[in-house]
Amino acid sequence: MMTITEKIIAAHAGLDKVSPGELVMVDIDLALANDITAPGAIKEFEKIGVEGVFDKKKVVLVPDHFAPNRDVDSAEQCKYVREFARDREVENYFEVGQMGIEHVLLPEKGLVIPGDLVIGADSHTCTYGALGAFSTGMGSTDLAAAFATGDTWLKVPQSIKFNIDGKRKEWVSGKDIILYIIGKIGVDGALYKAMEFTGDTIEGLSMDSRFSICNMAIEAGGKNGIIAVDDRTREYEDGRIDRAYVEYYSDPDAEYADVHNYKAEDIELQVAFPHLPSNTKGISEVGNIPIDQVVIGSCTNGRIEDLREAAKILDGKKVEKNLRVIVIPATQKIYQQAMSEGIIDIFIEAGTAVSTPTCGPCLGGHMGILAAKERCVATTNRNFRGRMGHTDSEVYLSGPAVAAASAITGKITGPADL
Amino acid sequence: MIFNGRSHKFGRDIDTDIIIPATYLVTFDPKELAKHCMEPLAPNFADNIEKGDIIVAEENFGCGSSREHAPIAIKGAGISCVLAKSFARIFYRNAINTALPILECAEAVDGISDGDDVRIDTEKGKIENLSTGITWQAKPFPSFIMEIINEDGLIGYTKKRVENRDV
Repeated sequence: MMTITEKIIAAHAGLDKVSPGELVMVDIDLALANDITAPGAIKEFEKIGVEGVFDKKKVVLVPDHFAPNRDVDSAEQCKYVREFARDREVENYFEVGQMGIEHVLLPEKGLVIPGDLVIGADSHTCTYGALGAFSTGMGSTDLAAAFATGDTWLKVPQSIKFNIDGKRKEWVSGKDIILYIIGKIGVDGALYKAMEFTGDTIEGLSMDSRFSICNMAIEAGGKNGIIAVDDRTREYEDGRIDRAYVEYYSDPDAEYADVHNYKAEDIELQVAFPHLPSNTKGISEVGNIPIDQVVIGSCTNGRIEDLREAAKILDGKKVEKNLRVIVIPATQKIYQQAMSEGIIDIFIEAGTAVSTPTCGPCLGGHMGILAAKERCVATTNRNFRGRMGHTDSEVYLSGPAVAAASAITGKITGPADL
Repeated sequence: MIFNGRSHKFGRDIDTDIIIPATYLVTFDPKELAKHCMEPLAPNFADNIEKGDIIVAEENFGCGSSREHAPIAIKGAGISCVLAKSFARIFYRNAINTALPILECAEAVDGISDGDDVRIDTEKGKIENLSTGITWQAKPFPSFIMEIINEDGLIGYTKKRVENRDV
């Protein structure tokens, strides 16, 4: 009687069974870092004194945060990572031009598969749980050790089950579901725990929406988010990967710290007000909030489904004249797909700026920094104070539908109110 | 280790964008990062720190990003130790890995006011409010975590494993 999370950890610890609270050493299938976190990992890795990385195929380095290089200091960090990748023959280094936002890129490239155990020096590494994998974020030093040894220590987390049943309201996507959940349980509602998402609503979601849900498990303090493999997952992986994968499922008598049941009918489009992702309201309760900027993109919502939703709303419309709207497809492949579908034309005709992949504005790096008192509706994942720029700026989190509708009106708006 | 210092109190959910805003993540230098530590909430925080001072915070300290720059910035600012009701899990790992002492004790957080003089014995987990004379006992670390701490952090621990071919 184990949960899916416990089964994946047990398999990677070489054990038949693990229990919550137990500390175990686990073998890892992939170790990831980016241009912000890799420099620290590399510096610490060099102190360990090993010949090379544990496996040249299993280390992934993606310069995506302050890349394309924001300034001289960022350029130096990216260079340091690039040279390490070259010297240590890291096979999965993705240069500007091929790179995308890491948590969108890795599944797209087939580098993470169901049943894997992945760690990354980025808190949104929990995204890959959507594939039925265990993945979690850690710091640079943890990754340094993993680069050397190929393993890491974990405390087996308790699991919380989030069961969502019923038919989604129009325009409601994975982002709205996860914001709704975080609004209910708070930013530490799943602290140190696995968040397992089940129910027929989840089964009915696209992979893109499932990635959005697992991506934000960390915003409730979760160690990982996870959704078991089904036909949609198998279809996604078909032709994408060259490794065999293992499907894990929670036993019917598995133990949970808590079980939450929600009805999809109760979930309307969500907006998280400053300065916490848990500070959510349904779109009908938002009121009149004028804005200065809209950002559509990030590891949460820069996928093709997100762009399609936004384009449906922006088609033939114009961005409100006092507004800046920035659209960032998360990978080159998504960018090309959007071009071939005419979506990029719709965005440019509407008056938005379309950018090459980068995390840029989400963390206040570049490509859309806010001035004092400015407000932004963003499909990103955090609205902490100062997250996108000035300490006195504000970020309102939403899914792509609200972001696109708000781009037309210049205030926070749902598509039904256009 | 025994630390003596003034308490600097913070609320709940102190996130990593407060501890060190992302725009400054272009270095791992403790002194550079310290200049911007807590900037959105307390500009020039480091200027008001006497070496050895202690951060005392409510629940979920360090939530948000995985940036290890957060504990490095806190240490760089001269803070000796962070006491909180609870820590976000990545921050917890990062603090241990970068040798920033952290302790969990809800009662002590409630019993310490901003500016109180505090004495903390990290090995024994003993917390004393010198301004009021009240003492508390923090939750002990699991023995495996103590092994990492005793090797001066994860890199020391890993080096030993590599030397012993325990990988």
